[in-house]
Amino acid sequence: MTTPRLLEVRRKVLSKNDAAAQVLRQRFQAAGVCVISLVSSPGSGKTAFLEQVLRNLGGTHRVAALVGDLATENDAVRLRRSEQPVRQIVTGTVCHLDASMVETSLSDSGWRLEGLDFLFIENVGNLVCPASYDLGENARIVLLSVTEGEDKPLKYPSIFLGADAAIITKADLAEAVGFDAGTAHRNIRAVCPGAPIFEISSKTSAGMSAALDWINGVSSARQQ
Amino acid sequence: MSAVHLKLGPLSGVAKEALLFSYDLACEGTILEGSTLIIEDMPVCIYCPECRAERHTSGTGQMQCDVCGHTADHVLCGAELELSALELIT
Repeated sequence: MTTPRLLEVRRKVLSKNDAAAQVLRQRFQAAGVCVISLVSSPGSGKTAFLEQVLRNLGGTHRVAALVGDLATENDAVRLRRSEQPVRQIVTGTVCHLDASMVETSLSDSGWRLEGLDFLFIENVGNLVCPASYDLGENARIVLLSVTEGEDKPLKYPSIFLGADAAIITKADLAEAVGFDAGTAHRNIRAVCPGAPIFEISSKTSAGMSAALDWINGVSSARQQ
Repeated sequence: MSAVHLKLGPLSGVAKEALLFSYDLACEGTILEGSTLIIEDMPVCIYCPECRAERHTSGTGQMQCDVCGHTADHVLCGAELELSALELIT
């Protein structure tokens, strides 16, 4: 019997996505657009938050959004009420966005990236797979709603670890569901050390201004 | 091709058991059919601001230093999903 020969490869399985994300990142940088992605579990309020962000920033900045879902154009329809440019990415059976989907959607959109200050990318609702895919964004925000329980960060550490900021949503329901903010903050800090944490309600707009300030700060830091 | 060697970190978002379960099925009808997937589990390494050193952390749910228990400043490794080597029978 022949002895197997070991051939060293040392190649990241997701290197193709990493390369595509790097190309996007350079394009975004050259165009001067600040790109922020949103990740969370389904139903934790990404779209509601983004509606508020588009409305608020849309008055003073040129903004646009891509939104990913397995099926339906529902989120894009909701977000278009902000009267800002929005495109839906329907992924079919794929549970996350990857860099090539973002690239294709941007090509199809006909948007001039140079004409934008902010591009938001709402990922498919999923706390697992989106963690592995770089989309070329400047910053990633992870959202956690008060109805999900305080221990979500401990159960899904990878997605929290890869985030630059964490937003606790549906704060208006905190009391009704017995949400323990202290424990939630501690759990987020345990897996995502150093990231700022915001508590907001997209319904009442409470806490929105601090989150918007942070988003503006990402853009300013990028320009320096 | 007799084996595929993969380095897998707990923070990669990939479940080892699911990968092993689906491997044979995914290889059917390809040059990898009949090969073995050999997974090397990688540790999670953090930078501990208290020890001022690179340390391991045993729990993926808590980024705490195994030596002093302090929370990590940042994570240095543990998200690997890397094809490290192929075993060929020539």
